[in-house]
Amino acid sequence: MSAAAVVTSPAPPSSDTVNVTVDGRTVAVPRLLPDWRGKLVPTTMIQACEQAGVEVPHYCYHAKLPVAGNCRMCLVEYGLPALGPEGQPLRKPDGSLAVKKSPRPAIACATPISPGMEIYTATPEVQQMRASVLEFLLINHPLDCPICDQAGECKLQEYSVEYGHAASRFVETKVHKPKQVDLGPRIMLDDERCILCTRCIRFTRDLAGDDALGIVNRGSYNTLAAYPGRAFDNPYTLNTVDLCPVGALTAKDFRFQMRVWFLKETKSLCTSCGTGCNVLIGSRENRILRYTPRANDAVNVCWLCDHGRLNYRWIGRPDRLRQLAGSRLPAPTWDAALTEVAQRLRHAVPGSVAVVASARLANEELYLIRRLAQHTGAATDIVPRSGPGDAWLIHADKNPNSLGAQRLGISADPAGSRLSQFAAAIGQGTLRTLLVFGEDVTPRGLGPELLDRLECLVVSDILPNRTTERAHVLLPGCAHAEKCGSFTNVHGRVQRFFKAVEPPGGARPEVEFLRELLQRVSGEPQPDTAEGLFHRMAAEVPAFAGLTWAGLGDTGAARPPEAERVRPRADATAG
Amino acid sequence: MIVPRPQLNFWERLYLPAIWNGFKVTLRHFFRKKVTMQYPEERWVVPPGYRGAPYLVQDPTGRTKCVSCQLCEFVCPPKAIRIVPPGPAVDPAAGNVEKRPREFEIDMLRCIFCGLCEEVCPEEAIFLLQDYSLTGTRREEMIYDLKKLLALGGVHQDKIRKWERKAREAEAQEVFPVGRT
Repeated sequence: MSAAAVVTSPAPPSSDTVNVTVDGRTVAVPRLLPDWRGKLVPTTMIQACEQAGVEVPHYCYHAKLPVAGNCRMCLVEYGLPALGPEGQPLRKPDGSLAVKKSPRPAIACATPISPGMEIYTATPEVQQMRASVLEFLLINHPLDCPICDQAGECKLQEYSVEYGHAASRFVETKVHKPKQVDLGPRIMLDDERCILCTRCIRFTRDLAGDDALGIVNRGSYNTLAAYPGRAFDNPYTLNTVDLCPVGALTAKDFRFQMRVWFLKETKSLCTSCGTGCNVLIGSRENRILRYTPRANDAVNVCWLCDHGRLNYRWIGRPDRLRQLAGSRLPAPTWDAALTEVAQRLRHAVPGSVAVVASARLANEELYLIRRLAQHTGAATDIVPRSGPGDAWLIHADKNPNSLGAQRLGISADPAGSRLSQFAAAIGQGTLRTLLVFGEDVTPRGLGPELLDRLECLVVSDILPNRTTERAHVLLPGCAHAEKCGSFTNVHGRVQRFFKAVEPPGGARPEVEFLRELLQRVSGEPQPDTAEGLFHRMAAEVPAFAGLTWAGLGDTGAARPPEAERVRPRADATAG
Repeated sequence: MIVPRPQLNFWERLYLPAIWNGFKVTLRHFFRKKVTMQYPEERWVVPPGYRGAPYLVQDPTGRTKCVSCQLCEFVCPPKAIRIVPPGPAVDPAAGNVEKRPREFEIDMLRCIFCGLCEEVCPEEAIFLLQDYSLTGTRREEMIYDLKKLLALGGVHQDKIRKWERKAREAEAQEVFPVGRT
């Protein structure tokens, strides 16, 4: 992984600005802007146009990739202040600067701006250039949109409709290239559709640090290929599918699964590690079909690791827990189950109750568990989960909300260290009621023989495991995609996620039944929305002080851990 | 408002002339051409362009023309069409078309015979044919699946056959491995 690939927040824009005119509208844009590495470089015309609210069509340009300038789609016309014989700027009779239009167009993505520059993006010449570029791109394009997974989110389709010609003048035979190329374990390549923008090559080489892709052959026979004998299987390959403006690179996982226009997109978070990458969940008819990264410069920029992206199938598994169960369940209704559990908790001797929560639960749910533990005098802990990490997006902490659990006082220090105390207390008979939320505790020192010695084992989970098998009261819970809440990532950023699909059968979000349970135990009414709970938590827990649900927005708000707060960080501000 | 009741004279009050006039009309129709059709033994021949039930067609080589692009599913106003795409597994039998529906259902109880599916189809794979009388004894019977739709749709004498042309071109260029499994 190259050092440049480490997530950095954009450097603050330079204070000195340059006035440029885009389609007759003068805007002040910063002289320097961060490039893909975060290094300040002269602002380009395409960035100036973006700041002026004018979209310049482009294929190869991507704000988070090095500039290549090969697609020519962003050609625009421009003019510079005319200079007199002594190099002094010429002025019109009314005193304003005279501008001399350049005789040639320039690519907006790679041409730096200069003071007084005028950019023209809507002239007939520019429109003709765009139409001609599209005509060239479509010469060898197979036009197999009906069988192409990119249809509906394809830049070639979009720009053809917006800027292209309706009919083709090309009567010769198209060049045919390899189709259905197995590029790697997760990627399928269709070379006929490729428009050779090299976005995938630049991403793989410069950001993922794995120089696996390249273009072979010449002219019309230009073909994207993986280096011979080398598998395209780095942990970030699927980002090239997002980057691909056409349907050349498609994900095997999503291939021929659903047309994209049917997908409902829900803002959510990836739960595979503590980084908390922002994702969009694409779902249709209660079935999750894909994750795509959602831009957040403070967390994942616009990338996502392959493991996190593909780790959604368990949500729709057929063996999901759907119904209330357990030997102590008086009646198969939530009301009866929660009343039974509340009864037991109210009459429990302090010290005889313990809670094993999960750092996969939302902050709001952990807050309710914290209150529940305060009311019953229960000790709490979480199950730590770690694995291989890297210097980019994959974090060694595989729980999405470890820091939230720590800040809410649920997790012991270090996390999981109280589990052995729980085991000892069960052995001694002092711990008689155990509540487990979303974890299998049997491999963590609380084996089946210990669980069998409990008077009451209340378990809430999503999938069956050895702990749920032994539950006296089993409460079916929800995956994050089935509920709404917030996570605190390892860098202290509190981010929201929303409900994409309905939970199966009788399963209910933990936040709902924990609230009802707490009401039954404490007798106090509790807010019935994630928002209300978040505000109560913000008022009560110092680590969340000052945060509001709405203020989290789409990208969350940062509350760096104490150790990091000492050092000034660029992204230490909220927003 | 009060409508004055007309005063009928003797002949009018007798009713017999009116009955006689009625018989005259009936008698006239006795000798005219019959318009009643002995349905269902006799069937109406629908005019060209009639929008009957939508069925799927095959090309002359027996290939299902539908490639499961789901545009008809998208455009269908009553949401009568439901397509299950094939999924990621490479289907060797599909050849260079790569994609065809795993399942295709039309709920004929929902279908309003508007013809938008035929109009939107980029592959000329679905046509509103001439069937106007669809019957069944259960609701499930009225959901036509892929097999039934193909059997009812028959063969479309396709003149363009673009996929075959593409395969031929690719074969000529010896780049595209046609017939690769």
